[in-house]
This record gives sequence, structure tokens and C-alpha cells, in this order.
Amino acid sequence: MAKDDITKSFKFIGTRPNRPDGFEKVTGRAKYGADISAVGMLHGAVLRSPYAHARIKSINFEKAAKLDGVKAIITRDDFPKDREGEPLKLLENTIAGEIAYYDGHAIAAVAATSVFTAKEALKEIEVEYEVLPHVIDVDEAMKPDAPIVRKNAGDFSVPEGSSPNVASYIEFGRGDITNGFDKADIVKSGLFKTEAAHQGYIEPHACMAQLDHNGQGEMWVCTQGHWYIRQMCSEVLDLEASKLCVTPSEIGGGFGGKTTIFIEPLALALSKKSGGRPVKIVMSRSEVLRATGPTASASMDVKIGMTKDGYLTAGCVEFRMQGGAFGGSPVSEALQCAFASYNMEAVHHIGFDVLANRPRAAAYRAPGSPMAAFAVESLIDEMCTDLDLDPIDVRLMNAVAEGSKSSYGPKFKKIGLIETLEATKEHPNYSIELGANQGRGVAAGYWMNHGGETSVSVSLAEDGSVNVSVGTPDIGGSRASIALMTAETYGIPYDSVRVNILETGALGFNEPTHGSRATLASGKAVYEAANQTIAEMCRRVAKKWQIDPDAVYWENGYAKPAGPNAGDFTPISIKQIASEMDQTGGPIAGHHESSIRGVGHSFGVHIADVEVDPETGRVTVLRYLVAQDAGRAVHPSYVEGQFQGGAVQGIGWALNEEYVYGEDGCLQNAAFLDYRIPVASDLPNIDTIIVEVPNPDHPFGVRGVGETGIAPPLPALANAVAAATKVRLRSLPMSPTKVLKALKTGNDGC
Amino acid sequence: MQYHTPSSFSEAVTISNSADGLVKYLAGGTDVLVQLKIGNNSPDHLIDIKKIPGVKEIALREDGGWTIGAAVSGVQLTNHKKLSREWPGLVEGMELVGSAQIQSRATLVGNLCNGSPAADSVPGMIAAGATVSVVSSSGTTEVLVEDIPVGPGLTNLGTGEIITAVNLPKRNKHEGDAYLRFIPRTEMDIAVVGCAVNLSLENEVIRSAKVVLGAVGPKVEVATPAAECLLGENLDENILSIFSDKCSELAKPISDKRGSEEFRKEVIGVIAKRAAKKAYDRALGNK
Amino acid sequence: MNKIHVKTNINGDQVEFLADSRETLLDCLRDHVGLTGSKEGCGTGDCGACSCIFDGELVSSCLVLGVEAEGKSIETIEGMAGQEDLHPLQKKFIEMAALQCGFCTPGILVAAKALLEKNNNPTETEVRYWLAGNLCRCTGYDKIIKAVMETAKDIRETA
Repeated sequence: MAKDDITKSFKFIGTRPNRPDGFEKVTGRAKYGADISAVGMLHGAVLRSPYAHARIKSINFEKAAKLDGVKAIITRDDFPKDREGEPLKLLENTIAGEIAYYDGHAIAAVAATSVFTAKEALKEIEVEYEVLPHVIDVDEAMKPDAPIVRKNAGDFSVPEGSSPNVASYIEFGRGDITNGFDKADIVKSGLFKTEAAHQGYIEPHACMAQLDHNGQGEMWVCTQGHWYIRQMCSEVLDLEASKLCVTPSEIGGGFGGKTTIFIEPLALALSKKSGGRPVKIVMSRSEVLRATGPTASASMDVKIGMTKDGYLTAGCVEFRMQGGAFGGSPVSEALQCAFASYNMEAVHHIGFDVLANRPRAAAYRAPGSPMAAFAVESLIDEMCTDLDLDPIDVRLMNAVAEGSKSSYGPKFKKIGLIETLEATKEHPNYSIELGANQGRGVAAGYWMNHGGETSVSVSLAEDGSVNVSVGTPDIGGSRASIALMTAETYGIPYDSVRVNILETGALGFNEPTHGSRATLASGKAVYEAANQTIAEMCRRVAKKWQIDPDAVYWENGYAKPAGPNAGDFTPISIKQIASEMDQTGGPIAGHHESSIRGVGHSFGVHIADVEVDPETGRVTVLRYLVAQDAGRAVHPSYVEGQFQGGAVQGIGWALNEEYVYGEDGCLQNAAFLDYRIPVASDLPNIDTIIVEVPNPDHPFGVRGVGETGIAPPLPALANAVAAATKVRLRSLPMSPTKVLKALKTGNDGC
Repeated sequence: MQYHTPSSFSEAVTISNSADGLVKYLAGGTDVLVQLKIGNNSPDHLIDIKKIPGVKEIALREDGGWTIGAAVSGVQLTNHKKLSREWPGLVEGMELVGSAQIQSRATLVGNLCNGSPAADSVPGMIAAGATVSVVSSSGTTEVLVEDIPVGPGLTNLGTGEIITAVNLPKRNKHEGDAYLRFIPRTEMDIAVVGCAVNLSLENEVIRSAKVVLGAVGPKVEVATPAAECLLGENLDENILSIFSDKCSELAKPISDKRGSEEFRKEVIGVIAKRAAKKAYDRALGNK
Repeated sequence: MNKIHVKTNINGDQVEFLADSRETLLDCLRDHVGLTGSKEGCGTGDCGACSCIFDGELVSSCLVLGVEAEGKSIETIEGMAGQEDLHPLQKKFIEMAALQCGFCTPGILVAAKALLEKNNNPTETEVRYWLAGNLCRCTGYDKIIKAVMETAKDIRETA
């Protein structure tokens, strides 16, 4: 199938078959991170810092080591001393050296014959701390006299005179900003803040690891990307990568949070120290919240110019984001997303990646985009209100389209923002009448999507069914979408395809299931690999028919003679070719390895209807609509699922989720009881519109769909609350406490 | 940790009195097991009272009141039609504790003994004028529920003193109760504020009232001055407003991760007003 | 620590195991009986991933001690399907894509089954409140709620 056929109709793509792994997952048979045990296995537990910032003066584990059943205790002394750069940061975050940088930072770990013994041993480890001053808030950390999180943390980019907590600085833009603002009829600016949120996957991190003294090891782990785990563990522990075989379990959610290491090197080091016995570590929920990788908190200045008709003339942003004690906030991505939806002559972006005494931020679904969307889309909404303009019309007037040069550089190919805006405008939700204390909010969101390093293989089974091997863990139905694309490529039934997710030793390097890439990248690679096998099958059939291979073509699972000139042959099925493989040259398999490009940018538009209780400040979501360009929805149900899941994570972030720190810098809400992710009764149905503007760079027109959906809810809800109450909240979450205060005072103090 | 399953309360008392270390009692376990998990206050002895005859029974006494066994679950209360009809406020307070899963296990007595100022079922019990039967080596006494909590996580129960049941007085005509709380989500949160109101009417005029506030002080508190505002009135908007202000005035909350002092003071008035209205409607027979 | 011998019935089978008194029913199911379908998402009763039926009632098995199982009967996700076929809820969840990562799915299925056995004609609001103790972070609940409502309808129609 040629790439210019992406607009044609498909046989399998766009249908909604049962997912191949559904049976295991509804019967409890699917094996997740904590579901595996081994003979002789030990249980690991981790001692964590009770302070936000403290010097570790001494660690004495003599008493703990004497407990019956304790087999190994490790501290930083058990890790290589010569790491630098990113591997050193990874190591520092895995286990503290001289200093504990945040509440929950790992200090030591124990392996014992039972979980209880391991936990008892932790209590017997004596650590002498010298408590150091800490800083939690990003704006506080930016002050010149703020407590220093890590000395000499700033890189070459940091301007002179910045706070020592600035790790990096970024600035870019285009056009004449002054001129742009001069052209505007109104110019508005504002400070916006978002709190850190956690991905909130329901499965805590878990792994079982085994490592011998000769450096050979194995690991079973819940992760979005096992090659990343292999690479990072090898770097941290100074192992040879190929000697470590990492097998991914089924994964109980990740959303970006399971793309890096936390407990994995500890389990390996404990195994090595206990003579190579397998060690299992399972995090508690409180450990997950305290010591994995939530997203950044942000403080953002935005200034936008608009003509009275609604044209955007110029925009400036300065984003300050803290990503924990080692840097790594998604400030760069946030800047790229800030104005990406709009054609603006003049834009200017400044970003600071700031350190604070918090856990190191990991990716969280469209990293940076939700914060940027909150700031920019809220301010645009304020301007639409001031000018009495329809918020969808204003976005339509300014929307980027094919050929637009994006605010951060690249020129867009075929994209679907305009189609998405039009779809939302026509949806009945946009015209339902609202009652007292109710309001409607509109917002757009963007994610650039990602391709990345990908390696797959495809092999023909002896009966003509097909095995597909990929390296991207199935986090939400990608086995189904990959099987559909495979079935489409061969023209064989969906049920004749089995998709396997292989361990690190079985394929070349694969980036994780991140960046909305699994269906896009593995799908594209599988298409290429499958076409190799199709070419091989045609070659063998040509040999049999004694004609030129070019005179054989493939259609609907059959090799056929290409027209009357090729000769009058009965088409041969994939089944028959497979059954004769041993006679015709042996196994037939294909593989594809590349850095996948042509990802297809993704835009979404959401409409939220809310009601605000004026006496308590509670916000109830009445209706919610997600429209997003999927390029091509391979399995529409799972595309809708991505839209709905992303939207609800965004709703949680907007309304009730936040990291709450005490004066002591310790996390106060390290449990699902008080880290309040939305529950079923908090929500209405999440209506969806799948817009399909095919991605010209993908054989099936696919764009990644996973991430964009989390960005628009933050501003859509803020805009809806503003419409309902006539009060603008510029900081998240819009918890009842904050909303009620804003209702009393006219603003939220931001 | 030693696990005990006594077959009588006197046996439980004996075990408790002779045990070394921290003793806790297991009824529904929805607080105790969380403490075990977190590793805070892990007991050395855990006395499971569920094998004691009668602890899962709801009994109508001869005097027309109810006796609810110490291990009666939320589900049992909710499913008990007559009790729910007579004491809807008390039952809905219990029903608000946690999820369906928690409701299968959680108990009134457990909620009370956990000593949280935010316990959802406690204001309703106090408003109802409920007592608990407390057994010890020196016999059984009846204690007002409001006398049990003394501070956050603290009760006045001594070693070897075990609550065996909750006793509710007889319900009369033209009486009604209600409990409402405020939480950020719709479920699964701890009350930010809570209020129970129990009223009795005579010709639609409030003759007696008990108002109990939750999560706005170190323990669940009886708000007598607020209740007094209601006496002799038939609950028009004006009285509700005075009552609401009074409840806010009486509240002495703290700021924490669940809500600010200012928010709690404000919203307790709102919730109390709504609860009073609901209780009044129920007392009128309007459901 | 001396362990306690526990005799119980799980999914119709007589089962015996030795439990540390501190172990939860969830620990015992997973570590002693090998039934890992019930998941631990929080260990504190907040997420519902460990939902089981304990003596006929829906519970979070992380909030029940293993030793309490003595003489009781327990149903877990592993006992939900019949020998021939999946339970209608299981089928509907697959058909309607009501799961993404699948980690919360066992708990949600067990909880939803408990609801439909009590009430095969719930309103959407009733389903949402009943399942409020089962956190799902992938789906936004939409397809889960619809699958439960659809199954209820099927059950009513075939009854």
C-alpha cells in the first residue's frame, strides 16, 4: 500500500475488535510488576529521608544486619563512585550520597527473607542527619538568597545574577514584539500558577531483579520502556548493557512516570550483595507519591496582544518551572506548546528550569503542555470575554494550518486544528443553555508527538498466522492497534495476528511507550517489516511460477499475478506459502529498525460546562466534550479512551490534585485519601469527537493521540468557572477553598 | 502481633488486662489495618471481637430504642429499613464513611474509637443522644457518646474498657435528624466540615434541638448555643441565617491539607444550615 | 513469629495457608495462594484494586486480615468466569474497551458484579457512586460506567 493511499477506506483499520490481551486482563491472569515471584526470592525495602534537605552524617546498620533473615543492606557506598553527568543525577536520585535532597529520598535499602523482616530492619538503621534549609516553591527558589538546593547546578545557559537554583535558561522567539503589541487593540498580561501533580497510575512501581557478581543479570519490571531501564541501570551500576536482560511486565498505567528508574538499581545492587538471589521491591503508595517523578509546578507570566476583531498580534511568556532537586522540568516543551496553536507574527519565550527540594520530575502526559495551555488559553479567554468575542471563532481566526510556521520553528504539514475547532462548534454541547451558577469554557491544546528509536520484527508462522514482536509495552490497547495495522498490511484476519512485547535481548533498542508513539512508531515499523515479508513471499511465489518477482503482487492475503502479461496463475494464499516455507527457502521474517519520523502534530479542543456552588466553592463538571485530531483512529474505542482518560487527568489537576507541603518541606498528602484523583461519581460522561485529518507521513495516517487530551482541561475548566462566577482563577487547583476565597475577594490572589 | 478471638467480652477484657504492650480491638478494621500498613501505632495484641455473640445484631429494645452491636457494619445499618426510617441522619452519617467496600466492614463503634474529629458517624450519634455500653472488669456502664472522644485520636476509654454496643433512644413522632458534610470530591474524602442536627417539633415549632459539629475542633463538638437559636422557631430563612452564623462562630477549626481555617468557619455554617433544613423537613414528615 | 493455620474457601475450593497475623487477606491471596489477580494499588482502602467478596460482602481485601478468613468463603476475580465462558461483565468490558492498562479492572469487575447482584437496574448515578471506591486513572470511567449499564440491561433482558 502506497503512502498516498492514506485517505482510502480500510478493511480493519477503524474497526473495534476485542483487544488480544483482554481475556487475561479481565480474568486476573495478566502478570503485572508485583505478580511474579522466584525461588529463593528476597524482599527489598527502602529507607527514605524524613527531611526535605539534610546532610547524611552517618549511617549505622550494624543492628539491622544482625536481624535474622536480613541478607543484604546497601547504601550509596555500594554504587560506583565515578559517575558523572546524567548517570550521576540518576544515581543521586536513586540513592542519596552525602545529602538527602527531598522528603522520601532513598538513603539505604535492605533485602530480607520477608517483607516484615525487611521493614523491621529499616527501623534498626540509624541515620544521623544534619537538617539543612529547604525550598519548595518555585518563585521562592528563584530568589537570589534562596536556600541552595545543589551547588553549581546551573549550566552554561544560565544568565549571570540568576538564583543558584536555576539549572538552565532558555529563550527563543521571532518577529518584532514591540511592533506586535503596538498593533493590538488590547494587551493583557497575567501571572498564572499550577501545582505539581502526580501521574497517579494505580500500579505502584515494582520489580524483581537478579544480578550475579560477573555482571550478568535479569529483571522483571513494570515500565513503559525496558530499554531505558536497561540503559539507566547499566549506567548507574556500571554494567555492560547487553548482559542485563530486562523483561517488561504488564503495566498498570504510567503516563510518563514509568520511563525512568527509581527502585530498579536498588534491587539489582541488593541481589548482587546477597549473592545473586532474586530481590523483589514493590513501592507503597506513599513511596510512589513521595519519591517517584511527579510533574513540575509552574509560575508563568503571559502577555498577549489582540485586535478588537480577535486577531492575535503578539505574545510573550516567561515560564518558571521547578522539576525537583536535579532539574528536568518540562519548561522547554511548555514553551514550545505555549503559542503553537496560533499564527502569531511576533512571539517571545523565556524559560527557567529551577531546582527545589522535591522529587525529580518525570514525564507526565504531554509534559509542560498543560501548564502552558492553562496560562495562554486562560488569558485568551479573558480577552474574548473583554471583547465579547466567541472563543471558538477567535481560535478559528488564529488557528495554524498546513504551511503555518509554528511558534517554535517547524513548519506544519497537514494538521487538523481548524477541523477540530469546527467540529466542537457544531457539537450540541456548545449550544445547550446553561442555568444559574453555571458556565462554559473552551480551550485548545497541542502536543508535538514523538516517533523515536524503534525496532520490531514480524514472522510468519507455519500455518500462515503472523507473530509481531514489538518493544513498546501495551499501556492502553496498542496490541490491538498494532494487530489491526498488521492485518491491514497483509489482508489477513485480525485474529490471525499475535502481538508480543519482547524483552531487551530480543530486539534492537526501543524507546518507551511515551510521546504518544506506540501505535504511531511501532505501527509504522511493523508496516515496513511486514512489507519485507510480503516481498519475500512474492519472490518465492514468482520462483514457483517461474516469473519475475515484479510480476507478482500482494492483495488480501494472496500473492497474485500482476495482470494478464504475468501469466494465468491461481493466487496463492499466505497459508499455503507458509506451509511450504521449509521447501522454499526456510523461515520468512522481516524486521525494521529506525528512528521514526513524521509524527503528525496533534491538536485538541475541549468544552467544559460546570456549576459552582456559591456557598462552598465546589465545582461540579456537568458536561465535557473532547474533540481531537487522531489522524486516523486505528481502533476508535481506544482512541476515545485516550481522549477521555487524558481529559479526566486534566480535570483532576484543575480541580483537586496538588502536592501539599508542610512548613518542614515534607509532603503532607502522600496517599490517595488526600491526593485526590477524580472518582467515578465526580464526573459526567466524557463526550468525544474523533477528527481524522490523516498524517501524510504515516502509512495509515496515524497521529499519536495519547497526550494532547490532558492540556485543554486546565484552561477549559478555569474558563468555565470564570464564566459561571465572573471571577477569574489564575492558579490551580481550583479547590473549594480557593474558589470560595476568590468568590469573596474577587480573585485568587494570583 | 498476637491475634486473639475471644468468644465473650469478659474474655476480651481479661486478655486486654493481662496483655503487655499496645492492645487494639478489631471490628471492621478499616482504621486499624491502615495503621498497621503505615506502621503507626502497630499493636502488640489485636483482639478481634467479631466472634462474640450478638456483636453483629441490631435489636429493638423493649423501651422502643435500638441497640446496635459493636461490629454491625455500615451496610447492615443502611439495609435496616426501620432503623433507617427512624434515624436517617445517623444512618447517612455512617453511610458516608468510605466506599462500598468500606461500608461492608466499617462500624459505628470503630469510627467512634478512632477518635477523629472528622468521623462522619459520630455527630449523628451524639445528636441522637446515643450512649455506648462500656464493659470492663468492674462491670458494664452506659456512657454518652459525646463523652467518649477527648481529642484527635484520643478517647477516654481506659485499658480493659471495651464498647460493646451503641444505644439509641426511642424515636417519637415529629422528630427528625440529618447529617451533612463537605468534601472536595463527591466520595472517598475525609470531611472538611460536618454537621448533624436532631430536632423534635410540636405544631411545626422546634421544641428541642441538638446540633453537633465535626472537623472544626480537636474533637466532635456539641453546639448548644447554635441549637438554642432554633428553639421555639419554625426555621424560616431568617432563623437559618442566624443559626448558620452561630455555627460558624462556634467553630474553632485549624488549617490543614484538607481546608483552611477560614474556609471551614465559613462552610460549617452553610452545611449546618442545610442539615437543619433537612432535619426539619424530616421531622415534618416531608422526608 | 509463629504463623497461624487458616482454613478457608476461595472460589469454591478448600484452601489452607499459614499466615503471619499481620498479613492482610490480600497478602495471603497473592503470596500464599498464588492468586495475584487482586491488586494492591494503595494498601489503605482508597483504590479498590484489591476488591473481593468476603462472606458475601464486597470488601477491600487489603483491609481484612488473612487470619480473619478462617472458616469464611471468599470470591476473587479468578473465580468470576465460568468454566465455559466469561461472566457477562467481563465480556462487556472487553467488547466496550472498558479497560486500558487493566490494573484496576479485576477490582472494578468484582465490585460491579456485587452491585448487579443486589440491583440489576441501577441508575448511572448509582453505578458511579458504587464504584467511587475503585480508582481508575486510564479511562476517565466513561466506558466502565457504560459497560456496567449495558451489562445490567442485558441481564434484565435475559432474566
